[in-house]
Amino acid sequence: MSEVKLGGLSKTFDDTVAVDDVTMTIPNGAFVTLLGPTGAGKTTILRLIAGLERPDQGDVTIGGRSVVNDTPAQRNVAMVFQQYSLYPHLTVRDNLAFPLRSPLLKTPEEEIDRKVLEVAEVLRISHKLGNKATNLSGGEMQRVSIGRALLRDPSIYLMDEPLSSLDAKLRSDLRIELKRIQENLGATLLYVTHDQIEAMTMATHVGVLDNGRLVQFGTPREIYENPVNLYVAGRLGQPRINVLPADLFAGAPTGAKSIGLRPEHIAQGEGKASRVKRVEHLGDQTRLHLSLDGHDIVTLSEHHTTIEPGDTVAIQPRNPLFFDASGARIA
Amino acid sequence: MSSYSITEPSSRQKWVAGSLVIFYAVITLLPLVWILTTGFKSPVDAIAYPPKVMFEPSLEGYVNLFTTRTRVSQEQLEALPPPATWYEEIVRNRDMVIAGPSRYGERFLNSVIIGFGSTFLSVFLGTLAAYAFSRFKVPLKDDLLFFILSTRMMPPIAVAIPIFLMFRTLGLSDTHLGMILLYTAVNISLAVWLLKGFIDEIPREYEEAALIDGYTRFQAFYKVVLPQAATGIASTAIFCLIFSWNEYAFAVLLTSGTAQTAPPFIPTIIGVGGQDWPAVAAGATLFLVPVMVFTILLRKHLLRGITFGAVRK
Repeated sequence: MSEVKLGGLSKTFDDTVAVDDVTMTIPNGAFVTLLGPTGAGKTTILRLIAGLERPDQGDVTIGGRSVVNDTPAQRNVAMVFQQYSLYPHLTVRDNLAFPLRSPLLKTPEEEIDRKVLEVAEVLRISHKLGNKATNLSGGEMQRVSIGRALLRDPSIYLMDEPLSSLDAKLRSDLRIELKRIQENLGATLLYVTHDQIEAMTMATHVGVLDNGRLVQFGTPREIYENPVNLYVAGRLGQPRINVLPADLFAGAPTGAKSIGLRPEHIAQGEGKASRVKRVEHLGDQTRLHLSLDGHDIVTLSEHHTTIEPGDTVAIQPRNPLFFDASGARIA
Repeated sequence: MSSYSITEPSSRQKWVAGSLVIFYAVITLLPLVWILTTGFKSPVDAIAYPPKVMFEPSLEGYVNLFTTRTRVSQEQLEALPPPATWYEEIVRNRDMVIAGPSRYGERFLNSVIIGFGSTFLSVFLGTLAAYAFSRFKVPLKDDLLFFILSTRMMPPIAVAIPIFLMFRTLGLSDTHLGMILLYTAVNISLAVWLLKGFIDEIPREYEEAALIDGYTRFQAFYKVVLPQAATGIASTAIFCLIFSWNEYAFAVLLTSGTAQTAPPFIPTIIGVGGQDWPAVAAGATLFLVPVMVFTILLRKHLLRGITFGAVRK
């Protein structure tokens, strides 16, 4: 495992800027998540590190050594793709053994057998080893694909939305499994997702991307509690942060254009009166849809609230976030 | 219990469709049956009118196909020792003796060498070219692909005269190499276009995964792309073989001895001692066998969809 550094990395496809001057350090043993919507450049960053794309500018160093001129094989990275992950003409066993049989590793067959069984055990696919890769469910395919990466001892694991095509139950199971494996191995892992739960729960660090630029990099907590701008603030949190004009409440700092209120930033009981439009009982939480001077606000209430649509709730901000006209955070 | 389904055809529809298919099959197979049976008829039965459906099978056609014979007088025939083999006996019944083997075997072998040689070369070069066109940024890619296809926009025989002159100058006339190169040149456009379609459908992610798994570009091509392109390669090979195996016009024009293939040779059999239709039919029957065997061997690859289900879209 090694530290991976990106320095001023840029990549343009035809007219589209995919990655724009990204500088980032992935510490040894860290679980780094890249978060952003489709087209933000997450996958391109993975491909640049893997060597599947050549950067227009900038440098990638693995363990202190620049690898931009190395082939993917020489970089010794492992990658899990979003789909098309398994070689369809091979069995599950041969799929798992494929990287070990490469000219790079040339592992003896008995060691391959041992390692394959070990990983198959961990991922609970031992009974499927003889199957054709095509003869698996989506979840099994993706587990084999993760297993293929885990069999190696690469500098870094790169994962491109590995869980996105799975159903919710399997996704949450594998999420926990993956985090456990990463901790046990002390592996360095760069994980691309647009799922904020995956980003929050697994990562030691989160990088938020917007149009190819790295907007903020920090621990999930930092990103959630101290977003640098409105864009970052909007990427995390369920329900989403409420963005309202700053002058709606008193006490906004000078220059503030908008105020960002997460549910925990809204104190109920005192302040301005708002009308309850709808109450959603989700089981583990209860959401209140409020209307304040024509602005919609979503916040949380306690489980067994008796509030009903039509009621009035007084609210006021509590340590909210303030943003200027450009969306940058000012307080 | 009767169940109704809008996707499953009714038994009446199946019956009509089945009958149409059988009717069409009978029409297309009839000439083949004629060739097959004529090969086993005696020369008299072969030209009988109305044609004989029931006849006494004879191997005379096949014996005549593989031998050259000389007519001898009755006295000479009686002076000979009794026939040693069954085929000598057949020949002697016609007042002839076997003078030696015919050239059919050689011509057949030429067909095998040239047909399979050019098929291999077309598919080999076609796969490499198709892979390059499919995966790499080739300058003027579209123009090149159009140019390759344009070689098939007229019948190849239209350029017979320049090719004839070219072959004469280069010393390629009546050589195996010359015919292999010629048939490859004709087939390669088909091979490139067919195979490019197949390779285009193989997601790049497989090769990228192999590159990351520690393989070189060529190893990834060899271990990941080729097995998945097997279907395409097999069907392309069949098309190429059928063309070069059956090609007649160039073979007549450019080969006469050493490299003559079976198609121009078979009609010449008829001239040897009267109209020997059974021998011609026997030659044609045997000529069908290799392509049939090749097609049957590769048949399962013709069914598309080996990777079907591997790809979650």
